[in-house]
Amino acid sequence: MKLSALHQSYINRRTNSFRSSGPLDSSSDSAIKSPAAIFWLVFHALCCLISLLLGYRFSRLVFFFLFSTSSTNFYTSPFRSTAELVKTLDVHSVLSNNPVANLDLPLLNKTVTNSRVVVGRHGIRIRPWPHPDPVEVMKAHRIIEIVQKEQRSQFGIKNPRTVIVVTPTYVRTFQALHLTGVMHSLMLVPYDLVWIVVEAGGVSNETASLIAKSGLKTIHVGFNQRMPNSWEERHKLESKMRLRALRIIREKKLDGIVMFADDSNMHSMELFDEIQNVKWFGAVSVGILTHSVNTDEMADRKKDEEENPRMPVQGPACNASDMLAGWHTFNTLPFAGKSAVYIDDRATVLPRKLEWSGFVLNSRLLWKDSSDKPKWIKDIDMLNGDIESPLGLVNDPSVVEPLGNCGRQVLLWWLRVEARADSKFPPKWIIDPPLEITVPSKRTPWPDAPPELPANEKPAMGMQDPIVKHSTKRTSRSKHRSKRKHEPKTDTQVSTRHSEQS
Amino acid sequence: MRKCLWLWGLLFFALGFAWSITAERNPCTERISGSAGDVLEDDPVGRLKVYVYELPSKYNKKILQKDPRCLSHMFAAEIFMHRFLLSSPVQTLNPEGADWFYTPIYATCDLTPTGLPLPFKSPRMVRSAIQLISSSWPYWNRTEGADHFFVVPHDFGAYFHYQEEKAIERGILPILRRATLVQTFGQRNHVCLNEGSITIPPYAPPQKMRARQIPPDTPRSIFVYFRGLFCDVNNDPEGGYYARGARAAVWENFKSNPLFDISTEHPTTYYEDMQRAIFCLCPLGWAPWSPRLVEAIVFGCIPVIIADDTVLPFADAIPWEEIGVFVAEEDVPKLDKILTSIPSHVILRKQRLLANPSMKRAMLFPQPTLPGDAFHQILNGLARKLPHPKSVYLKPGEKILNWTAGPITDLKPW
Repeated sequence: MKLSALHQSYINRRTNSFRSSGPLDSSSDSAIKSPAAIFWLVFHALCCLISLLLGYRFSRLVFFFLFSTSSTNFYTSPFRSTAELVKTLDVHSVLSNNPVANLDLPLLNKTVTNSRVVVGRHGIRIRPWPHPDPVEVMKAHRIIEIVQKEQRSQFGIKNPRTVIVVTPTYVRTFQALHLTGVMHSLMLVPYDLVWIVVEAGGVSNETASLIAKSGLKTIHVGFNQRMPNSWEERHKLESKMRLRALRIIREKKLDGIVMFADDSNMHSMELFDEIQNVKWFGAVSVGILTHSVNTDEMADRKKDEEENPRMPVQGPACNASDMLAGWHTFNTLPFAGKSAVYIDDRATVLPRKLEWSGFVLNSRLLWKDSSDKPKWIKDIDMLNGDIESPLGLVNDPSVVEPLGNCGRQVLLWWLRVEARADSKFPPKWIIDPPLEITVPSKRTPWPDAPPELPANEKPAMGMQDPIVKHSTKRTSRSKHRSKRKHEPKTDTQVSTRHSEQS
Repeated sequence: MRKCLWLWGLLFFALGFAWSITAERNPCTERISGSAGDVLEDDPVGRLKVYVYELPSKYNKKILQKDPRCLSHMFAAEIFMHRFLLSSPVQTLNPEGADWFYTPIYATCDLTPTGLPLPFKSPRMVRSAIQLISSSWPYWNRTEGADHFFVVPHDFGAYFHYQEEKAIERGILPILRRATLVQTFGQRNHVCLNEGSITIPPYAPPQKMRARQIPPDTPRSIFVYFRGLFCDVNNDPEGGYYARGARAAVWENFKSNPLFDISTEHPTTYYEDMQRAIFCLCPLGWAPWSPRLVEAIVFGCIPVIIADDTVLPFADAIPWEEIGVFVAEEDVPKLDKILTSIPSHVILRKQRLLANPSMKRAMLFPQPTLPGDAFHQILNGLARKLPHPKSVYLKPGEKILNWTAGPITDLKPW
């Protein structure tokens, strides 16, 4: 029977051989070729040829249509179709196979004796619009958030303490750059946070508007001294500002872990996880990023490095048994005499011996009448003068806990980059009124600028979205200055601009 | 009076202390209490005795020597079961006192160059082994194999064929009809699943999985994960046959959905990715079982089982409904809706159940053996079937099995 010949082709399944559309050799085993056999043979050959051309098993489809007993939907059946496609090849196995007998029964019939799972070809169900459903996507994201929160509560820090961040700042060109960086890092911290911003020169709207965007709990305090122009003085003033913040913590009896985030530093998220491990007073390793400006400095440094390879890291040093043995400090000798003195110097800016940002302390150390305070902490109010680093607060520096795998992990980086002393910047970085400096373009009109639409300029001038429009404004302005002479058509626009400029 | 109060106070304090200690120990896992209690932790030692037949090495060791790949593919359970029994205290050297008899035949070790087993000679091998044991020992004829068990981890169990239709046609090997089959295949109301068979998970290499663990606080950011074939182009080019069209449906419906990280690629970070996923799809392939289930359990990813009427491993001991998500094949187009509509407390509970180490151990075949692992679960399953009913023992001269049934090719000697 020709049907079984087709069935034999399945035997090749696992051997990965390329399956031809039908074993034509099976015809050799029939001895007597009756007209019916010849007819089937020819028909089969025809089906094979068609399959070769069309690329699928056409003969199977034909037999299916002739012999199947159920209604069918094959391939991409619509979503609501209930009939499953069942296709059987071997005719006599249709009768012997139990599950096939259930074709007439509805598919959801779960009788004990008959399986509702049928062997054979099934349709591939595709819904009418197979694309993400935004409602489901949002629900899935909420589930992901819940799962991650649970993970954090199980495997992360148990009983996380509030992080109290102390940042000294002052208004200058680079303040927006630095403070935005710190702000975004703090916004990502998964713990409760209090941000104490101490500003030299008093509280200003500039800083206030910047930190208001964070949505964090902030305490914005002014310090009545302007920031001096030399690095030495600036460091001293910043120390004073930080002490002021510590006094606020003491007054308000804030409870948590105090860390010092200078506004130009870069913090990693692991830092905030690691400082939760501090008991009283801890230290982390700080990467010191100094940028060298001159090339001959590099040559000098190379010589030094061969003798004594340096790491730009400041932080606790441990001995073999993971106990604090000393301190790594940044080697400033190569820069002696060549370092920056004034804030806008182009020379390398050097850090202090030990930066404030490398230390964290438990806020209870600062409280006035805390009974479980250790003996080695000095009272802030009893300090004579100012301290250069938080180590000045402790009587015995060996009690400092080294964090970050005993100082082996660098969790934050120290950097000092400032603009020139005479640099100006638009207040709150909004350009209003228009800038005084305009650079006329070399050629007008710009050769590759798109043709200016007159209607566009007027709103561009009046509104306060500064940055993108600025360039077009400049070109159009300069274009129009020259165009004025040539094209009388632009008179109307010119006149309006005149009124706005005045 | 005061002394009484003191005593009561002390008692309460002690109780509270003890409760807090036990609560602290496992804060993030939940104990699986199945229908039979904490069945996963039952110890089979002392509850049953197994006698291992000494077969000539042509049935086991020689085959393994010819192809050592058998030790690492997903059918390796048969080999490791033999080794486990030889070194386990449940083994008895006195066959008279044994409850169960085990025949060590490595039937799925004839591999193609690409590593797929060819099961064509297996029926003959099993026949010849049984002929040997029935002639050398009296225990087979006593019960016609009803107190014997065989490990047959191949696709459709004791059918020894990878094609479902062929397998259904042939039926279980006639001489194994009375024996207990320990197999990976499980589907309800299917001819291939004998009543009383024990379903086991496929073998997954425990060392490899343990070596690829990532820190547990890595946030799970993939919603649904799947890696594998959607269409078997070699064997089923038009589709619709492989996986009953379910895998192709998954692909067609969700290939453009960013929540579904599904593809046919074979990444080197497969195990690590599973640990970063919340749901792992375990759809059927040519057979309804797959090692993905084991991998999902070990890595804490909730398995989404898309295989109608499937019977999962150790189903009488493990409450799969509470651990995994079952999706009917016809509901695949709605898979995203089904998964997002699971309430979050249910999802967290499933994750806690998955984190239970006894759950993970029950799915693995570790070497050396550990308490509560899959070997012990198999023995527990066998122990639960004891004592054998009286009907198992045949009267002398009674014969139930038909030794000459089956296709003629199977009756040839091996």
